[in-house]
Amino acid sequence: MRRVVLGPFNRVEGDLEITLDVEDGQVRSARVSSPLFRGFEQLLVGRAPQDALVIVPRICGICSVAQSAAAAMALSQLAGVEMPHNAVLSSQLIQATENLADHLTHFYLFFMPDFTRANYADRHWYAVVEKRFAAGRGTAASAALHARGNFLKLMGFLAGRWPHTLALQHGGSTKAMTAAERVRILALLREFRAFLETTMLGDTLENVGELTSEVSLRAWAAGRAGDFPCFLNLAFDLGLENIGHATDRFLSYGAYGLYGAGIWQVGQGVAAMEVNLITEDVHSAWLLGDRPLQPALGATVVDADKAGAYTWCKAPRYALKAAETGALARQMVAGQPLLDDLVSRHGGSVTARMVARMMELACVVPAMERWVTGIILGEAFFLASDLPDSGQGVGLVEAARGGLGHWLSVKDGHIDRYQIIAPTTWNFSPRDSEQQPGPLETALVGLPVGDSALPTLQHVVRSFDPCMVCTVH
Amino acid sequence: MRVLWLQSAGCGGCTQSLLCSEPRPLFDELRDAGITLVWHPALALESGDQALQILEDCASGARDFDVLCIEGAMLRGPHGTGKFHLMAGNGRPMTEWVQRLSARARWVFAIGSCSAFGGLSASTPGNPLQATGLQYEIADFGGLLGEEFVSRGGLPVVNIAGCPVHPGWVVDTLEKLALEGLQVGDLDELGRPLLYADQLVHHGCPRNEYYEFKASAKKHSDMGCLMENLGCKGTQAHADCNLRPWNGNGSCLRGGFACITCVEPGFESPGHPFQETRKLAGIPIGLPADMPKAWFVALAALSKSATPKRVRTNSMADHTVVRPAVKKAEK
Repeated sequence: MRRVVLGPFNRVEGDLEITLDVEDGQVRSARVSSPLFRGFEQLLVGRAPQDALVIVPRICGICSVAQSAAAAMALSQLAGVEMPHNAVLSSQLIQATENLADHLTHFYLFFMPDFTRANYADRHWYAVVEKRFAAGRGTAASAALHARGNFLKLMGFLAGRWPHTLALQHGGSTKAMTAAERVRILALLREFRAFLETTMLGDTLENVGELTSEVSLRAWAAGRAGDFPCFLNLAFDLGLENIGHATDRFLSYGAYGLYGAGIWQVGQGVAAMEVNLITEDVHSAWLLGDRPLQPALGATVVDADKAGAYTWCKAPRYALKAAETGALARQMVAGQPLLDDLVSRHGGSVTARMVARMMELACVVPAMERWVTGIILGEAFFLASDLPDSGQGVGLVEAARGGLGHWLSVKDGHIDRYQIIAPTTWNFSPRDSEQQPGPLETALVGLPVGDSALPTLQHVVRSFDPCMVCTVH
Repeated sequence: MRVLWLQSAGCGGCTQSLLCSEPRPLFDELRDAGITLVWHPALALESGDQALQILEDCASGARDFDVLCIEGAMLRGPHGTGKFHLMAGNGRPMTEWVQRLSARARWVFAIGSCSAFGGLSASTPGNPLQATGLQYEIADFGGLLGEEFVSRGGLPVVNIAGCPVHPGWVVDTLEKLALEGLQVGDLDELGRPLLYADQLVHHGCPRNEYYEFKASAKKHSDMGCLMENLGCKGTQAHADCNLRPWNGNGSCLRGGFACITCVEPGFESPGHPFQETRKLAGIPIGLPADMPKAWFVALAALSKSATPKRVRTNSMADHTVVRPAVKKAEK
């Protein structure tokens, strides 16, 4: 047995280090470490509750709006106020824009360049993929950045800017839409749809949304022009549908009124998600604590020299079990037939996680078009409300990479406790006090390691689209 | 011009913002201006040992590079160890890497308010993270690299402050450097490039008519001026956000929310709720830059008394209720 330390792990958001125990060229066990600590939960204590709206987006530059939305939801609950119709739609649009732009960034900039490594030079698809996806010089990156940049212009109209907006508030949005802006927003959505259909997917969004099985997916991808079919063809060539299997326990808080909340488990299907079954365990983190705590009672106290600890990441558990969150979890909980078929055949995998993101691009853009036309110009986007001096609130939203939860407690007009569980905290969690590994730690076991090994491990890590800066808030 | 980029205690949002650079996609824009990335944590192919080798070669002088861009605050804690951020795969504090690389770089750029001034990381009471910016700890000169630090190109740290940065601030500063160099005279007193910091956020604010008449928004989504009630400090913030729009057509003010002066040191702890204006005897404590208080008070009183009905009505609505009068053509 030998020990291998991998890092810095780039093309993920933030800092990641992975320690592997390797035998016979295969991973026997993995420890996932977040080597950066940020301390946002301490920073929030003592502030005015509404200051969370300024502070939490700055946890993460890639899930910035998701953090805003979770805080706005927790504050809305505290205030006992509901957003007006227009603000619900505007908020969905803002969140979907960030999440779908993330899917694009992940696919083109973070995930695909690994297939241009020289290890794959003998594959029949290599020349095409190398030219298209090489980091920093591939032809796809310019097209993708152009599409991403123009799509994010939705934020200019809806949220002032991205990242780090204050548009989402308890009680609604600071920005009403004008008739001219609605026309521009729909035009931007048409432009994004055109990019997806002609460049990324090679088919209409509606046709992609109707794929229901692995058989139909394989037939659809075969010989089709487009960056995503290109990925699918190489993924099936490499058998990535059999790689990256984690817990197959999928958690979603539900998104946009399109995808429901729930927990999906093998053999049991979907069950209702019960918030009080969520706990955090700090056994392997450089943090004080001796037992799993519900986040509403949680604390984040540094213990930098703790024996046996190897990360700044806590270990969230659902009913004391590790769970995976993200686009695949959203689709599994929603009962999407194609993902259900892929997972029932092979379990969760690199391919399934990527297909789930593609499915969201195909299905959420048409929904966004409906939301924009559903806004009633001239009606309110914001309802003023007072925050009570004391109370609690919980905000549960879906960031691109999965469920994001904020647990807020206010006393005497100031934040008394603020606990956050980010998506990658679930996926890249360390061992808990029962020695149960986190989802990525499980997914890495059995993968090849060594100078001649394919970079399979890189694909598995990035298939989760990790956000480490959120993880170590 | 070769750029090496590292991230520490920040959110990665400056890179995410930079990727929104327009009108040309970022990679095309930089490449054609002769700017290449030696390594970037979010964008480079090289990972693990290959990446560490590039960094080591740059730090040892074996590999030449020009600009060191640092995103995120420097964490010196706990107890001066730097353990709050160790370089993955290497175990050395990021602060040590940044010090070594800064000694080799021709120019050092702090990308965003975290690396410029310490950011939110330095704003927890008592600063338990021992966070700092590269050459400022909040507003105090010094920081990680110290007061004496001057890069090989002859400049202190260039502070492209902002939370996040506007992509144009970074791209234009890099391209100006590549084109004609950067001098001390191109930077303001806090090391910020004048190409964006010689303006105020107030310049070009779409709410200027409401400001002129002190017709103030009372609640979020109102179209009126946000200075009197909702915490806006655009008249004091050194940036061109309303002249150089964000994400196509946006800005904080266009989005309906206050400028919280994210380009200024210490914006993170204003001493009052961000979205409320602190006042003394009904007058905002934070006055517009360069304006004596007596003038402001007199002007405010006068303009309030002269506010047209249209402006007053619309200032408290989220859409135009009273349109500007259309003058009939004279026959």
